[in-house]
Amino acid sequence: MSRHLIEARGLTYRYPDGTLALSDISFRIGHGEAVAVIGGNGAGKSTLLLHLNGSLQSGAGEVRVADLPVGNATLTQIRNAVGMLFQDPDDQLFMGSVFDDVAFGPRNLGLPESEVAGRVNDALATVGARHLAGRPPYRLSGGEKRAVAIAGVIAMAPSILVLDEPSDGLDPAARRRLINLLRSFSHTRIVATHDLDLVLDLCSRVLVMNRGRIEADGKPQAIFTDTELLARCQLEPPLSWQRRS
Amino acid sequence: MSRIDDTLRELRSLDSFAALPNTLTRLDPRAKILATFFYIAVVVSFDRYTILALLPLAVYPVILAALGDVPPSLIARKLLIASPFALMIGIFNPLLDRAPLVDLFGMDIAAGWVSFASILLRFALTVSAALLLVATTGFHRVCAGLNQLGVPRILTTQLLFLFRYAEVLAGEASRMGTARELRACGRRRLNLGVYAGLLGHLLLRALERAQRIHLAMLARGFDGEMRGPHQLAWRRTDMFFLVLCAACFALARSIDLPRALGHILLGALP
Amino acid sequence: MHMADALISPVVGATMWVAAGATLAYCSRTLRQTRQEQLAPLMGVLGAFIFAAQMINFSIPLTGSSGHLGGGLLLAILLGPHAAFVIITSVLTVQALFFGDGGLLALGANICNLGLLPCFVGYLLIYQPLLGPDPLACSARRVGIATALAAIGGLQLGAFSVVMLTLFSGISSLPVDGFLLLMQPIHLAIGLVEGLATAAIVLFLRRARPDLFSSIAPASSIKPLLGAVCLATALTAGVGSWFASTQPDGLEWSIARTSGATEQTDHARSWPAVDTSTSLEGLLGAAATLSLILGIGFLLRRLSK
Repeated sequence: MSRHLIEARGLTYRYPDGTLALSDISFRIGHGEAVAVIGGNGAGKSTLLLHLNGSLQSGAGEVRVADLPVGNATLTQIRNAVGMLFQDPDDQLFMGSVFDDVAFGPRNLGLPESEVAGRVNDALATVGARHLAGRPPYRLSGGEKRAVAIAGVIAMAPSILVLDEPSDGLDPAARRRLINLLRSFSHTRIVATHDLDLVLDLCSRVLVMNRGRIEADGKPQAIFTDTELLARCQLEPPLSWQRRS
Repeated sequence: MSRIDDTLRELRSLDSFAALPNTLTRLDPRAKILATFFYIAVVVSFDRYTILALLPLAVYPVILAALGDVPPSLIARKLLIASPFALMIGIFNPLLDRAPLVDLFGMDIAAGWVSFASILLRFALTVSAALLLVATTGFHRVCAGLNQLGVPRILTTQLLFLFRYAEVLAGEASRMGTARELRACGRRRLNLGVYAGLLGHLLLRALERAQRIHLAMLARGFDGEMRGPHQLAWRRTDMFFLVLCAACFALARSIDLPRALGHILLGALP
Repeated sequence: MHMADALISPVVGATMWVAAGATLAYCSRTLRQTRQEQLAPLMGVLGAFIFAAQMINFSIPLTGSSGHLGGGLLLAILLGPHAAFVIITSVLTVQALFFGDGGLLALGANICNLGLLPCFVGYLLIYQPLLGPDPLACSARRVGIATALAAIGGLQLGAFSVVMLTLFSGISSLPVDGFLLLMQPIHLAIGLVEGLATAAIVLFLRRARPDLFSSIAPASSIKPLLGAVCLATALTAGVGSWFASTQPDGLEWSIARTSGATEQTDHARSWPAVDTSTSLEGLLGAAATLSLILGIGFLLRRLSK
């Protein structure tokens, strides 16, 4: 079975205080797909994403990555296969320099330093940030921070990318570069976002979440024309469509 | 809350000089750390009434600032900001120690004034040496050097995290402070209750951020061990720098150079 | 209150470095043994929090002045004394390196005064015994009183230590009783305010997130720490008194001062000779040295461009 496959079966999760956050989530995402997870605030998007690399583990249901069940025994393999980009790049860029930050993952893999350097340089080149290697993270712009955070993830050579609000806080030009970059990847991509125009440009499939459930699963065109569904889930059609009508 | 923003700018400004390509930034951080410590030890080892013999030691910060392209005005400003404690304790010396010590062209100068001047001089020399260590090395590399010199990794990791997130948290504090001031109707000062709420919220946010950072670290294979090789290469130039510094400091410690120079100059005059 | 390089002698500075280093080694070993891997980011971010918090002032009731948090006690309450000590060490190091607060030689002394004393004495010997094994069950008033007493205790000892170390160093002319009279009452007030601020934050946190306390503050026992504190104290006192006996310049001079004995001739002798020609010689030499140094600096700056 492909390394690039990710599947959820009957996933249910309650917060420690008892609130139901995810309720019977099931889906199967195949090799190289780019899938958006959309929904209003508090719909459960981030909670779902945290299950995909085992950051959260629930009592009921399971997540399988490349046919491995996510659990404490498989955590290392799962995290090598699933790269996770967090919403606030400041949370992800914790090392003192860009190079060391991107090298954090490869070093944890136990690679020799020569290979670490190779991976870091390749990853930085992919996101167009080779020139930033020596900088401390606080001297980066928002778009540069995002690019470096992505480099840190792909330096681990994952087969699946999970991205939480990747376009959040970017200026239009940086956002466009990000979309082009994500389009160029051959990884399986799962993107949680409020940026519905990014979904149109990037994704071939959309999961709509509402109150911890998956309300709809389909092609963007079909989802975004279903006004009744969008209203129910605190959403509206992408801005580029609204202008046209 | 502009004070927070100022402090942040100060924090960054010093570190940014370390990115400049020059002889000093290329040196091994260990050489500079050891030289700085030796320098400070020599400066403070002088007798409390020493002024003249300390003067030649000013050459070290001056050379560091020149080679490292660090503007002297920046160091001077930082010295001024840091000076109140030395001033406050030192100013008692002239008040308490009034015995005449030096006769300057018929004017008696009290021992207290001499020791006060000596305190200020020591302060300027030691503090500028420490500031220039960071400015010519960069905090990141200072920590790597400290680590190689045997400082526990738990502290060097802690220092790097602190430096990294001081900026983020101070930004949050500054925004919270601005939001409060905008609604404070001119009451600029914080009473204890408001203060505790403000800091409590800041603390909660900090704890949540720590949790998210931990998740981000785990997602990239963190297992409790911070790995950063920083294989520092000790080269001949580093050795040369350290030995040269040590020799100069030792020379300045053993010979009162200005007095000797003055003696020669006075002798040369008709 | 930070001690400064300019006011500390090498022996005192080095002794305090040894004490601070030994405590650091002990804390880092203990923390490694607990193997809490979430500790690295937690400690880092809380260090940044203390750093940011120290920039925010609040007004002290009735006085018109303002104060800020020291943080050692608060951190010890949240994370235990070992982690708190390492965090305070990092905050003081950054302040010394970037802002010249204290300086590098005095860093060891500052770490002991502002880290060791509040974290270990204030927290372990005052706060914990006063609140017993279950601080969460104690009333707000009791927490407030215990926190205030712990803060006052830590700061009083810190202030006393500053006076003693300054005295041993023999750079300042302050007499011991006068200096103590200056420092102890000020730090009584500062300690009270710091204690109230810390208590207010702890109580706020306890209301907002009671779950935090049970999860992050590890239980710690007093015994090995008592040993460490005693050792550090003994070391400091031992070296201090040895130093004081070999260097009459410092301690005894101050005592002589306060007892009213003035030995003017003694000072005059320490400067080689008091006559006009040598001061001219000195001034000339100083001017020549400084212009040489500035010349070198100017030249280097020119060449490196």
